[in-house]
Amino acid sequence: MKMTGAEIVIRCLQEEKVEYMFGYPGGAVLHLYDELFKQDQIKHILVRHEQAAVHAADGYARSTQKVGVALVTSGPGATNAVTGIATAYMDSIPIVVLSGQVPVPAIGQDAFQEVDMVGITRPCVKHNFLVKDVRELADTIKKAFHIARTGRPGPVVVDIPKDVTAHTCDFAYPESVQMRSYNPVVKGHLGQIKKAVQLLAEAKRPIIYVGGGAVLSDAAEPLRKLAHHLGYPVTNTLMGLGAFSGTDKQNLGMLGMHGTVEANMAMHYADVVLSVGARFDDRVIGNPANFAEEPRKIIHIDIDPSSISKRVKVDVPIVGNVPDVLEEMWKLVEGRKPDPAQTADWWQRIGEWRSRNCLGYKQDKELIMPQYVVQKLYEITKGEAIVCSDVGQHQMWAAQYYPFAEPRRWLNSGGLGTMGVGLPYAMGAQFANPDATVVCVTGEGSIQMCIQELSTAKQFRLPIKIISLNNRYLGMVRQWQEMFYGSRYSGSYMDSLPDFVKLAEAYGHVGFRVEKPEDVEPVLKKAFIDHKDDLVFIDFQTNREANVFPMVAAGKGLTDMILAEDL
Amino acid sequence: MRHIISILIENEAGALSRVSGLFSARGYNIETLTVAPTEDASLSRMTIVTTGSDDVLEQITKQLNKLVDVVKVVDLSEAAHIERELMLIKVRATGKDREEMKRMADIFRGRIIDVTDSTYVVELTGSSSKLDSFISAIDTGLILETVRTGVSGIGRGDRILKV
Repeated sequence: MKMTGAEIVIRCLQEEKVEYMFGYPGGAVLHLYDELFKQDQIKHILVRHEQAAVHAADGYARSTQKVGVALVTSGPGATNAVTGIATAYMDSIPIVVLSGQVPVPAIGQDAFQEVDMVGITRPCVKHNFLVKDVRELADTIKKAFHIARTGRPGPVVVDIPKDVTAHTCDFAYPESVQMRSYNPVVKGHLGQIKKAVQLLAEAKRPIIYVGGGAVLSDAAEPLRKLAHHLGYPVTNTLMGLGAFSGTDKQNLGMLGMHGTVEANMAMHYADVVLSVGARFDDRVIGNPANFAEEPRKIIHIDIDPSSISKRVKVDVPIVGNVPDVLEEMWKLVEGRKPDPAQTADWWQRIGEWRSRNCLGYKQDKELIMPQYVVQKLYEITKGEAIVCSDVGQHQMWAAQYYPFAEPRRWLNSGGLGTMGVGLPYAMGAQFANPDATVVCVTGEGSIQMCIQELSTAKQFRLPIKIISLNNRYLGMVRQWQEMFYGSRYSGSYMDSLPDFVKLAEAYGHVGFRVEKPEDVEPVLKKAFIDHKDDLVFIDFQTNREANVFPMVAAGKGLTDMILAEDL
Repeated sequence: MRHIISILIENEAGALSRVSGLFSARGYNIETLTVAPTEDASLSRMTIVTTGSDDVLEQITKQLNKLVDVVKVVDLSEAAHIERELMLIKVRATGKDREEMKRMADIFRGRIIDVTDSTYVVELTGSSSKLDSFISAIDTGLILETVRTGVSGIGRGDRILKV
């Protein structure tokens, strides 16, 4: 049966079991929108800016293990989507972005709303396609989903000229994909796994270092089993939070630039590091030269060979799907438990580092400490909320003071550090998990980068709770300026802030302002209990000068931490 | 160190820019780059001459393999191989230089493929260093124009890069 390109696209998405598509219409995608109108299997979520469409699709993907889908028009629609695409790329999130394009004969003519989308997105996608022939449409969309979700996941862009959506051809959705150029390795090399197990068995100062790859590959269960069996300390990266429970006594907390003393010291002085879907990036190990000074053996499990030995030399590389490799390791260690005496000294040293209580902070009677808000949020949500963070100080406080017991409950832009992701992530997560408590932890800077989505949240009745830690500064910038630029607060002061309570109300939501520490808990309770089904925006006027500690300054080694008490 | 990377890549629109974009985005060097379809029209063969430490080369190979359109990547310079580059060089050939230029072309086993009363075009094939030697052997003041194709390479004997 002959179908138009637009019908084919929608049919392909239905075949892929797409539930939600986040998008914004425009000239080049009108045929597609017309077909969307005629069906009700795929629910289209109209956002207020294309960047938010991609972030929402990304948040949907992060909170599930499904591919997120966004639809944008050509030209400005496409360029607005780029930040969202790059954000997903840096964190390896599987999304498919469909962009409209001017008709094939108009390509290259500087046509109205024309932009070279394939060219613009090339460095920030896993792969992209321009479909110039309607007969290639179904195959291409099948490939796009396949590429996005397999191997190291990532965003795939399919650019579709308007005339292609009008042309017709026979439709058949391919059953499977065969690509001679794309066959990711899944099964880890057994010889390497044996070597790794041997190293782990002999380790005196081991550490298990867990990154976002463990979340993306759903490795939490095999990881828990292996880590508990070995009894070794575990640290999560910012992206790995929740892959190993934050409340487990083996967990040393997050490591890196704002990691705990115990996690950073243990990472630095370990004799064997088992890296599980992590990539030793600059925010994690600081200066690689400094990190390399200490002798240690590194085992690195990653689905992406190019992540291995990129920043640090690895002794036992294992390319493969993380949970499968962990299962293989488990089979080899199951019978023999390491003697706890072997690591007793190590745990004692860790205990000493822990006793520094590096996340301690001084409570204030007059001013709300931002850390306190996060701790109360944790109590009231029983640690079970899906927390979608923006980027800045509040992000680090949320990561430090809200321990995640499960994966996929912590959504943030770790790699690209994109301000503005919080609210659209919360939207995506709330659509994917309608019964979950979804929280957006943000600041008055970040929230204004996608504030227009309050309108989308109203349209679709999303009961998101927005926790804004408002210090009237671009806090992380101000912190760096205070510490490294002689307190010259250049451009980091937010003047003329809106009245966020009125703003929330203007969008039809509930807004509260909290100015005193004693009001933090009652207002949170009011929001999460009395206004369970409403979107509530809480503007916490926090201590303006609060800083995130510990801190490893950029370019410094992991052991070179600045603690709150040092200042 | 200098390396010759051979790549088989799907012959799709934009294939070249995926590879060249990768090199520029990650700060890798390209000394020469050649690309053309193979006997199988669906595949292009690319040869890139690059320089870098072993660690950088390992990353280049891995990053190239990560490109979805790349089918195979080989570092030719890891084992016995042949490299060839073609140069067309237009030189001034008047007076005593005319005979001298003919002699130099013969020594380098080049061929004179275009002649006017004042110029020659010499065609020269060989390794890049041979072409470099020719340029430094003649009087640079006589060189009017130089075109080089960049290196093509192939493994010796049973070393075959094919799908």
